[in-house]
Amino acid sequence: MLVLLAAHALAALFAPWAVRQWGRSALYGLAVVPAGTLGWALTQFDQIRTGAVVESHPWVPELGLGLSFRLTTLPWLMVLLVSGVGTLVLIYSARYFHAEEAGLGRFAATFLAFAGAMLGLVVSDDLLLLYVFWELTTVFSYLLIGHDPARQTSRRAALQALLVTTLGGLAMLVGLIMLGQHAGSYRLSEVLAAAPPAAPYLTVALVLVLIGALSKSAIFPFSFWLPAAMAAPTPVSAYLHAAAMVKAGVFLMAMLSPAFAADSPWRAVVLTTGVVTMLLGGAAALRQHDLKLLLAYGTVSQLGLLTVALGAGTRAAALAGAAMLLAHALFKAALFLVVGIIDRATGTRDVRELSGLGRRMPVVCGLAVLAAASMAGLPPTLGFVAKEGVFAAFAAGGTVDRLVLAGLVTGSVLTVAYTLRFLWGAFGTRAGHPATAGERPGPLLVAPALVLAAVGLIAGAGAPVVDRLLSGYVSAFPETGADQHLALWHGPTVALALSGLALVAGLGLAWVISRRPSLTRGGLPVTGEDVYQWCRRWLDRLAVVLTAATQRGSLPFYLGTTLLVLVVFGGGVLLWGRLFPTTGPQSLAMTVPQLIVGAVAGGAAVFAARVQRRMTAAILVGVCGYAIAALFILHGAPDLALTQFLVETVSIVLFVLVLRRLPARFSERPARRTRRWRIAVGVAVGLVMSGLAYAAVAGRAAIPISVDFPELAFADGGGRNVVNVTLVDMRAWDTLGEISVLVVAGTGVASLIFRRSQAFTRRRGSRPVRGQRDRGWPWLMAGDSPEARRQSIMLQVVARLVFHPIVLFSLYLLFSGHNAPGGGFTGGLVAGLALTLRYLAGGRQELNAAAPADAGVVLGTGLLFAAGTGVAAMVLGGQVLQSALLDLQLPAFGEVHLVTSVFFDIGVYLIVIGLVLDILRSLGAEVDRQQEAGLPSRARMRVKEPV
Amino acid sequence: MSPNLWYVLLIGVLFAAGVALLLERSLTRVVMGVVLLGNGANLLILTTGRAGGAPIVGTTPQDQMSDPLPHAMILTAIVITFGMTAFLLAMAYRSWYLTGHDEVQDDVEDRRIMRQAEQDRDRSEVGEDDTPDSEVAAAGAAAVIPTPRDPREHS
Repeated sequence: MLVLLAAHALAALFAPWAVRQWGRSALYGLAVVPAGTLGWALTQFDQIRTGAVVESHPWVPELGLGLSFRLTTLPWLMVLLVSGVGTLVLIYSARYFHAEEAGLGRFAATFLAFAGAMLGLVVSDDLLLLYVFWELTTVFSYLLIGHDPARQTSRRAALQALLVTTLGGLAMLVGLIMLGQHAGSYRLSEVLAAAPPAAPYLTVALVLVLIGALSKSAIFPFSFWLPAAMAAPTPVSAYLHAAAMVKAGVFLMAMLSPAFAADSPWRAVVLTTGVVTMLLGGAAALRQHDLKLLLAYGTVSQLGLLTVALGAGTRAAALAGAAMLLAHALFKAALFLVVGIIDRATGTRDVRELSGLGRRMPVVCGLAVLAAASMAGLPPTLGFVAKEGVFAAFAAGGTVDRLVLAGLVTGSVLTVAYTLRFLWGAFGTRAGHPATAGERPGPLLVAPALVLAAVGLIAGAGAPVVDRLLSGYVSAFPETGADQHLALWHGPTVALALSGLALVAGLGLAWVISRRPSLTRGGLPVTGEDVYQWCRRWLDRLAVVLTAATQRGSLPFYLGTTLLVLVVFGGGVLLWGRLFPTTGPQSLAMTVPQLIVGAVAGGAAVFAARVQRRMTAAILVGVCGYAIAALFILHGAPDLALTQFLVETVSIVLFVLVLRRLPARFSERPARRTRRWRIAVGVAVGLVMSGLAYAAVAGRAAIPISVDFPELAFADGGGRNVVNVTLVDMRAWDTLGEISVLVVAGTGVASLIFRRSQAFTRRRGSRPVRGQRDRGWPWLMAGDSPEARRQSIMLQVVARLVFHPIVLFSLYLLFSGHNAPGGGFTGGLVAGLALTLRYLAGGRQELNAAAPADAGVVLGTGLLFAAGTGVAAMVLGGQVLQSALLDLQLPAFGEVHLVTSVFFDIGVYLIVIGLVLDILRSLGAEVDRQQEAGLPSRARMRVKEPV
Repeated sequence: MSPNLWYVLLIGVLFAAGVALLLERSLTRVVMGVVLLGNGANLLILTTGRAGGAPIVGTTPQDQMSDPLPHAMILTAIVITFGMTAFLLAMAYRSWYLTGHDEVQDDVEDRRIMRQAEQDRDRSEVGEDDTPDSEVAAAGAAAVIPTPRDPREHS
């Protein structure tokens, strides 16, 4: 069976190509796949009679999910329908569609994929697998209904069918999982065999599964999607909405009813909804003028009948229901195809416009009458046999069954009436109407419908054979003694009398309605369609209201909300959890320097938040940073202090570079109004963080993880500076992530400032133009430029002189960092400061002279170094980023003690230099250039333009 | 460990000032808020470790060393904050270049949705029915509302 599914999938993939190659006739070739499936199913007949065809492949064993298939009688019958009708509809489609039909390849692919999914649905023995195929049919039916995406009705109908059946499908999934858990197995065969004991839990599961089944089979209150789905091309309606997909729900009910029909809500739900659907659908069919809609409502009505028969849970009803399933697929598919033929030939399906077609298309008319006879339940068709079986099954029961029977007979009266309306509307000759013009359909278009109608007749004549075929399914139900069989003639029974009554009453009803059409007007005050639209509107509104309530679009609002959550929950936990040990030592013992430096830091921060001038604020932030650096020293962290000093210095330059273009003061509007609110949030967060700091420190009881770091650093990392070894060795992954962020930040800065991609080349910097060739390079290369003339010559000279010593010092920091304060970060920052000095002294020419390199290349090289060190360690057999100690004997240097992690640190060094260089090139040199070119901000340019 | 109350106080002050700046509209102030927050967070991490001598083997006896792990974490944090400062300042400059100021604007699309919600509410209060074609409403509330002139866009 897996092979057949794969064949469908392959054919679906291959279909668009085939249609492009051979046009619509490719559908004949593609029909081989379902036809082959039909042939295979027929050969399995003997095995089905004696047992089941089983096939199983593991898929997700952890979930207990397997590709397990099981073919018993009812699935076998469905396979015959799905593949047989599928083959015929494909053949029909090859002539139904015009040769130039748009999207035919897509149609063929989706159609075959649907056929495969439907096949999988009926043969799968795993509840979850069944669900997967179930949803696949939903998705493919969405695509098939929406065959013409240019039409709004088609899109809407497709979406409606998708939403309704998916909603039911989701309910069903929950139900199936509950069922599987309750039974202890997801194998359908095992669940059915075990028949888990009744419990409220099981009741819920069954109701959920029934919701899925009823929505799929368009049973009230979900029936509204099916008539709307008639926007689909007629072959799709014939296949999906008569033979295959709408039968899926009924099929699932039929599979489950032997085990669960006796459980409490089952029969009540199934019988009520079934009868109501049958009556409502039949009544609605009488109101239709569109032949296709008439058939659609008729289908809804018949699905109600099937639900009643197959869900009732008795042998007799099940037998008749299974026969009805077959009969309905045959006659309804045939009638849909007939409607397609009429539509194709005349261009209309409206009964008020058609006239005289019976004479023009005698063959089509004949086969339609044949199929319609089966629909109305006339002997000797299969429809008659099945319907009489249903009547007989319910005639034998108690009061409830009698009530149901009354409903079914009434439904049959309606069925006879709308059948007549169909036949008369399609083929009758109206007085005063000219005969409708139209070409005669070709034999290939008529043949599939003819086959379907003929099979219905033959099966009716051979009712005992059908009876024997279905016995395997019926035997799954509990034995009641009163056995029934399918036959054309049972003798003068109640059922026969009811059939006759339905026929006569139906004829009468049709006659009355033809006299007074106004009788059929009216209907339910509230339809499922109304509820659906109301739900959709309500959802739309909810979405808008919810979005409007949460997405305020204001950054301060979002941040404020986040911070308030921190205050409420973080502060709440701190207070509620009593995380403040009130006893124990509390150190206020501060050295005087700590006190002073701390006061400076705090004061600078507070003033930075208050001042109105940008530059003052930047300087205050810098002061705060320097004070923190001093605190680091006092705490015993020289590496931190060094880094913080350097970073603050570079940051001040950075602020100056940007703020020189921005207005000197912060804008006041609309800050005033919310000022108090901001301060309140700030103070609250400050209090919570103070509390957090207190609780975190006071709560520390365990020995720190870093207690062994010094030994590890010295023995394994080969360095004395524990912090540096931690960075490049023990926590090198952290550092690798961090320098990657730096690369991204540098690249981001450059791409924000260089406005056009051509301008990006300036990020590379360029050597200054060589002066006169014989003189070589002038010492102060930028000395002649107008830009440099504005600068102090003294500063330029000093910058030149100290540049190389500073770079040398940065290298010293880099290499000594393993054993003394320093390392890649500090080294890189010092080198960056050297570059900054050159830039500040001599402008961008001097910067280019000092660093004639592309900032991006420096960043990339650094990352390559760092990551390369890690990869190399792995290639050499160690862990990623593991370091090794090497003692080398070099000629000039003597004994050199080398740790491989120094290469990692070189990468860090390069990346920091690259970042600073990127900042200088973009926020420095490029902004200079824009300023010199007289480029004001674009906004100001706009103001100047006449409006 | 016994907490040093002076540090605890300083952490609170730094966070308070940082948050107050963070909630401003001016991007420059937001950057400064981030820097101050970063200082506060670094200090918070620092206080969780023991104070002492420089964690360098051979210089300080091991039992008098300050805890090196927070140092490594803070060092990373300092440099990341620097990268972030650079990026945000570049954004501030770009914002100034494009709009003439460096203020963080409200999202125009979000405000349109808020207006749509108000209209919906007003309409249902009056008792009017919804738009006749629900598909239009579903196609995106924002799309059908004409773009209003944003008073700030041309400030």
